[in-house]
Amino acid sequence: MVKSFFNPLFQIPDTVDKPKKNRPGPEITPEIVKEHGLTVDEFRRILDLIGRTPNMTELGIFSVMWSEHCSYKSSRPYLRKLPVEGPRVLQGPGENAGVIDIGDGLAVVFKIESHNHPSFIEPRQGAATGVGGIMRDVFTMGARPIALMNSLRFGELEEPRTRFLLNGVVDGISSYGNCTGVPTVGGEIYFDACYNGNILVNAFCLGLVKTDRIFLAGAGGVGNQILYVGSKTGRDGIHGASLLASSEFDDTTEDKRPTVQVGDPFTEKLLIEACLELFECDWVVGVQDMGAAGLTSSSFEMAHRAETGVFMDLSKVPLREEGMIPYEILLSESQERMLFVIKPGHEKEALTILDKWGLDAAIIGEVIEEPSVRIQFEGQEVVNLPIFPVVDGALDLKRPTRRPEYLDEVVHISLTEFPDFSRGDTALKKLLACPNIASKEWVYEQYDHMVRLNTLVLPGSDAAVLRIKDTNKAVAISVDCNSRYCYLDPYEGAAIAVAEACRNVVCSGAEPIGLTNCLNFGNPEKPEIMWQFQQAVEGMGDACRFFDIPVVSGNVSLYNETKGDAIYPTPTVAVVGLIEDQKKVMTQGFKKSGDQIALIGFTMEELGGTEYLKVIFDRSEGKPPVLDRKHEKQVQDFCRELIQKGLISSAHDCSEGGLAVAVAESCFSPGCETLGASLTLESTLRNDTLLFGETQSRIVVSFPEERINEIEDLAMAFPVDFSLIGKVGGSHLTITVNGKEVVKQEIEVLKKIWKTSLGNYAGQTT
Amino acid sequence: MKCGIVVFPGSNCDHDCFHILKHVLSQETHWLWHKEEANLESFDLVVLPGGFSYGDYLRAGAIASFSPIMNSIVRFAKAGGKVFGICNGFQVLLESGLLPGTLIQNQSRKFICKNVSVRVENTDTPFTRNCRENQVLEIPIAHHQGSYYIDPFSLNQLEENGQILFRYCDATGKVSAESNPNGSVGSVAGVSNEQKNVMGMMPHPERCADPKLMGTDGQIIFQSLISNS
Repeated sequence: MVKSFFNPLFQIPDTVDKPKKNRPGPEITPEIVKEHGLTVDEFRRILDLIGRTPNMTELGIFSVMWSEHCSYKSSRPYLRKLPVEGPRVLQGPGENAGVIDIGDGLAVVFKIESHNHPSFIEPRQGAATGVGGIMRDVFTMGARPIALMNSLRFGELEEPRTRFLLNGVVDGISSYGNCTGVPTVGGEIYFDACYNGNILVNAFCLGLVKTDRIFLAGAGGVGNQILYVGSKTGRDGIHGASLLASSEFDDTTEDKRPTVQVGDPFTEKLLIEACLELFECDWVVGVQDMGAAGLTSSSFEMAHRAETGVFMDLSKVPLREEGMIPYEILLSESQERMLFVIKPGHEKEALTILDKWGLDAAIIGEVIEEPSVRIQFEGQEVVNLPIFPVVDGALDLKRPTRRPEYLDEVVHISLTEFPDFSRGDTALKKLLACPNIASKEWVYEQYDHMVRLNTLVLPGSDAAVLRIKDTNKAVAISVDCNSRYCYLDPYEGAAIAVAEACRNVVCSGAEPIGLTNCLNFGNPEKPEIMWQFQQAVEGMGDACRFFDIPVVSGNVSLYNETKGDAIYPTPTVAVVGLIEDQKKVMTQGFKKSGDQIALIGFTMEELGGTEYLKVIFDRSEGKPPVLDRKHEKQVQDFCRELIQKGLISSAHDCSEGGLAVAVAESCFSPGCETLGASLTLESTLRNDTLLFGETQSRIVVSFPEERINEIEDLAMAFPVDFSLIGKVGGSHLTITVNGKEVVKQEIEVLKKIWKTSLGNYAGQTT
Repeated sequence: MKCGIVVFPGSNCDHDCFHILKHVLSQETHWLWHKEEANLESFDLVVLPGGFSYGDYLRAGAIASFSPIMNSIVRFAKAGGKVFGICNGFQVLLESGLLPGTLIQNQSRKFICKNVSVRVENTDTPFTRNCRENQVLEIPIAHHQGSYYIDPFSLNQLEENGQILFRYCDATGKVSAESNPNGSVGSVAGVSNEQKNVMGMMPHPERCADPKLMGTDGQIIFQSLISNS
């Protein structure tokens, strides 16, 4: 027996697939099947579908392709219910990334994807390769990547590992993204104890492509050549998809480190440039990234999409180390590799372009008519599998669902339990210092967020905004999910994630045009987790239908739990919006002393699920805020109208920390002068709900005094709730409620607390 | 002005420099590929752009300094041609010996991307002649190995020769430890050779030279070169 060098989980018998004729392969025992993460039923189905016992290599192929990570067997039935169509949609789910038409012959290509488990085990490489993978998904479509974002979740600050993971993940994203020359323009980070044993790293990439140069991942045309491009294949990442991503963490987690891949951003950069050059050639037929399940998934999926087959000779694959067997070559998840299909007769031209960029490349096979993947190694056939059973054979699982019992305990709270305050200064300071609200400057300063000269709004505003060169247009992007809301009510929480991401891009002046999601949940084998999943997908689907936003791509990450403790359901969404006129980009910072401050929308007596309850009372309880979709739509439409008409100077969504935090953030927004503000509120609500409640559908705007009448008339005509609440100016943030001062703080003091809190925590060495 | 922009494998501000020179400032601009020597006689300016040439492997700029194109650039510089290295380009110029000193890891040991202020220290160079004495420019930095180092004696010589072109400062022009983002000796942000025809700086003037983006302070450096050619 030889131990597979990089993977202690696998004992691969010496005899497997060695090209020794007439020598029987190893017997496929129930233990081997189990080690490959396949159930007895699944193995029986394999036997039925192919009519014989698979050999070891073939079993490995089924293992990865039928894994939760690749097959979506638990989630697929629900995902079918998401709205995926719209007039701008050029490509919905099913390809490497979604494509949305933005006019002028251009389209944006985007997707968000998880790299959670690798990042928990090895934060730097895990996060880095997550960025690399999502970029390849975008540029395989023919698009040049122009923006990266990310959505990160870490454990509570008191958890000893959190600081290490935060530093590692940020370093990984920074080192990879910066080197490839694609700016990381924004994102979101939350900390909560539910992520102590399972952090989340969701990476988003957006690319730009001409609508007539979009490439799809199909291996069409019998006789076309299969071209391998990029890094050599090594033994890293074997079974990353099947064993690491498709099971929960336990005591053996540390042993899974070898399943984490190692990234090389320099090769990725060369790959981007070389691929974009290849895409200019009309003999390129199809292309796919070798991501999860490597050469296996790329070859099977490309053949599947084109209804063809593929023949490959593994002896021709560029290898990093000697002695690799077909099992390892096929399952390796070595990074920065692509599979191209090109027309015959153009091999030399292709190799010349790739040589110019110093990349390894080889013709390793061709497209065949028979709908099978046939693989040869050293003259002997080692795999002969029909396409359908491998790609589509895994049965959708109808996993049972059950409403979790914890909900009965946590959703009922009485406000009388929480004494209201007469002064809100301390609470405001605590909220501004808490890592979920504090400035993320320490993070985004480590990301090159300006390269490529498109960044119109620097990180730290509601949405990132990038111009589209050679046009008047710009795109706005926001990633969002409040997982505490989703824990308390997955349906409403997911709907709020959609509403808030849309609100964020609207605040920058954009019209939302498309959405991508990354659905992070616990172990789907537990009915309570499946119930959360089902509820969240329904909530997301209903909200998307209501706001008329197509879901064009996405990713599901299950088994996010450690030793039975699941994360909060975290259905992260990224919404992309379009701004027709670059000159009408709006930012959240107050611009001028003397400007009026107003609130679009109204505040209700809600405290459930708020950051305030968590920070001040350490409670993650209550009903999350109510989302009235119709009202939300009116608020968004009104805000966009104000921006279109050039009537306002700033717009900022009220989210975590409520009205008081939103106004404070507008006082000291990055890129704007620091300005004070005084709010004069009249209300029958409790002070805590008025200042820090998180009622949805609220936007804080500011504008010159002389526009009051015009704006109020518009609000009346719309109609939408609109109230003047104060004025920009002075050196303090002052809030009076019904004539009584409840907050008065020097704005520079608040700014310092907000700005330095996260960096102080992250930089501590003890 | 005829400009050449060098493309090393891993250059990633090459398109940005091209955009500013060609599309914003309407100058004749060409690509220069690292693998080939080039006849640069007809060029007025060669730009070595920012990025991660050769992935910054070994040491930032170290491998790129051995590219065939660098032979041509060294000849061009020796003959008085103007060479401008930005960020990684600055690192390449140091590695190839065209500029004095070295760049080490930032004091924070982290990549830093943000707007900083720099003070113009010498206006009598082709790169700064349109600047006012002690003018403060707001220009972004984006680097991991940007802490300039040179021994005290040589630093003194640079000062005496007027080879220090930019220093990090605060918004009012005051140079201090607080306004030094990366720990550079003497807060040096950009230096030239003795003849003042080769200059390298860590801040990215091409990132603040398009009026459609935020600032335009970087334009003054390119305009100095244009009005000088």
